[in-house]
Amino acid sequence: MALLEIENLVVEFQTTTGMFRAVDGVSLKVDQREVLAIVGESGSGKSVSMLAVMGLLPWTAKVTADKMTFNGRDLLTLSDAERRKIVGKDIAMIFQEPIASLNPCYTVGFQIEEVLRFHLGLGRKERRARAIELLTAVGIPNPAERLDSFPHQMSGGQCQRVMIAMAIACNPKLLIADEPTTALDVTIQKQILDLLVKLQAEHGMGMIMITHNMGVVAETADRVVVQYKGRKMEEADVLSLFENPRSNYTKALLAALPDNATGDRLPTIADYFKDGSEIAGAAVS
Amino acid sequence: MSVVLEAKNIVRDYQLPGGLFSKGGVVHAVKGVSFSVEKGKTLAIVGESGCGKSTLARILTLIDPATSGDLFIKGKKVDITKGDLTKDLRREVQIVFQNPYGSLNPRQKIGDVLTAPLVIQGNVPADERRERAMMMLKKVGLGEEHYNRYPHMFSGGQRQRIAIARALMLNPSLLVLDEPVSALDLSVQAQVLNLLADLQDEFNLTYVFISHDLSVVRYIADEVMVMYFGEAVEYGTREAVFADPKHDYTKTLFAATPKADPASIRARLARKNAA
Ligand SMILES: Nc1ncnc2c1ncn2[C@@H]1O[C@H](COP(=O)(O)OP(=O)(O)O)[C@@H](O)[C@H]1O
Ligand SMILES: Nc1ncnc2c1ncn2[C@@H]1O[C@H](COP(=O)(O)OP(=O)(O)O)[C@@H](O)[C@H]1O
Ligand SMILES: [Mg+2]
Ligand SMILES: [Mg+2]
Repeated sequence: MALLEIENLVVEFQTTTGMFRAVDGVSLKVDQREVLAIVGESGSGKSVSMLAVMGLLPWTAKVTADKMTFNGRDLLTLSDAERRKIVGKDIAMIFQEPIASLNPCYTVGFQIEEVLRFHLGLGRKERRARAIELLTAVGIPNPAERLDSFPHQMSGGQCQRVMIAMAIACNPKLLIADEPTTALDVTIQKQILDLLVKLQAEHGMGMIMITHNMGVVAETADRVVVQYKGRKMEEADVLSLFENPRSNYTKALLAALPDNATGDRLPTIADYFKDGSEIAGAAVS
Repeated sequence: MSVVLEAKNIVRDYQLPGGLFSKGGVVHAVKGVSFSVEKGKTLAIVGESGCGKSTLARILTLIDPATSGDLFIKGKKVDITKGDLTKDLRREVQIVFQNPYGSLNPRQKIGDVLTAPLVIQGNVPADERRERAMMMLKKVGLGEEHYNRYPHMFSGGQRQRIAIARALMLNPSLLVLDEPVSALDLSVQAQVLNLLADLQDEFNLTYVFISHDLSVVRYIADEVMVMYFGEAVEYGTREAVFADPKHDYTKTLFAATPKADPASIRARLARKNAA
């Protein structure tokens, strides 16, 4: 049984000009111990599809799917109370802007301990000990002292480590990382990606890595879903995707990487669709 | 070959205001940086956030003065604190910023954005201003129909084209591009990089291209300067810097940049399976 299974997910938003379809029939699976990357350019529906899984979309969103299960449980029919027990505990998420995701008014220690209190009901002393353990696990020096820091007293990379500590606090089965390094410098990105992959392997978690960066895909994923305008263009294991991309869209994305440049101009998406074929019609799976 | 831009020992300190209980400090943002760029070439400046790239960009484009050091444009020494900033010099050097949203006035139509530099220069009649703006729109891959539209009606990539068009209206010889593609999607980035290459060929433009992305730098640069905490720790031709980086920081930066080639992926998967 797959850890997360989604079939034909559709998300539509009510807008002033009618319904807008942000996710258009996406299906995917994540197994235990597996890293699935969802890659696509901005607006391709990566975040919205995962927010749908977590039940975190605003009321203007209409979510339908033929199937959406986590660990065998149907997420579509879950009550809000039941969902709150799962989200943040068995499914955890980290976001792009670490500093904005933390509450500026509370110490990082308080925020980590709050997760432990809410989901695990740990007592004061145990919470403190576990929080120190977690900060150690994510590589923050002087963890005991750091618990009393406020988010603005830490760098972006350190805040992202704190977010990761909170995400793994309850030993989740699935970790969803939404562009976790996009706001960070590359040397910090490297540290955070290494940390995520290490924790994923140690804890045997399933992980979904959402990114627009092909390099991040190459460095972390086992399997990859390529998304464009709300649709799945291609799904493949990571090596096949880079060696033998099948959809025209994936080919175009890889060719646009400056590292793959052959001439003195870069191919653009349009070069791959000279015949005027609609990209969305070119999906393969 | 003629040198368009030369910087000698450029230093920039920022004085931090002291509070009631704290003494004001000094930030040494740029600590004595020297380089020169020849006509028609691209110097890429690479480094992580806070290393002084934008500070240097503002000094090169005569927006801010250096604390010390000398700046030469086409061989002439320029010190903006001494009133050297003539209209002609202003024309010569232009800047394009990273954020295609923040750098355009939302209430200004694109046509007005493009003609404004000509108005400030003076002595260009209105119909010629319009004509030159229309031509520039086409040069950057937009059309006449965009002339009367407002910035919010454009995508990020289109706005960056507009910012480039505006910078080129006065036929500058030097363009300083401060992270011009960092906010763009991969496919749009490719289009903007191609546009910059086309424009450089056509007008023999000189670029200072600031970026934190090594793969973009390797693609676009003739020469590369790596900055680290305000210092130029590495400076040389693209081939030399990428083939044989000398400074530890450059090596760290290279090692941290994700590799997306099949051989690297295969090696990673092998390591993973062995663990
Ligand atoms: N609350 C919302 N209301 C209306 N449209 C939305 C909302 N959230 C996202 N969208 C739209 O849905 C599309 C997909 O967005 P998103 O999933 O955030 O893209 P990304 O792939 O960059 O994460 C975009 O066009 C976005 O503008
Ligand atoms: N106006 C300013 N006042 C004080 N410090 C500044 C100012 N502008 C930049 N700095 C500082 O100077 C250093 C270099 O900044 P910047 O040139 O913006 O770097 P980069 O563009 O490489 O990210 C940073 O430490 C930054 O905080
Ligand atoms: Mg997103
Ligand atoms: Mg900057």
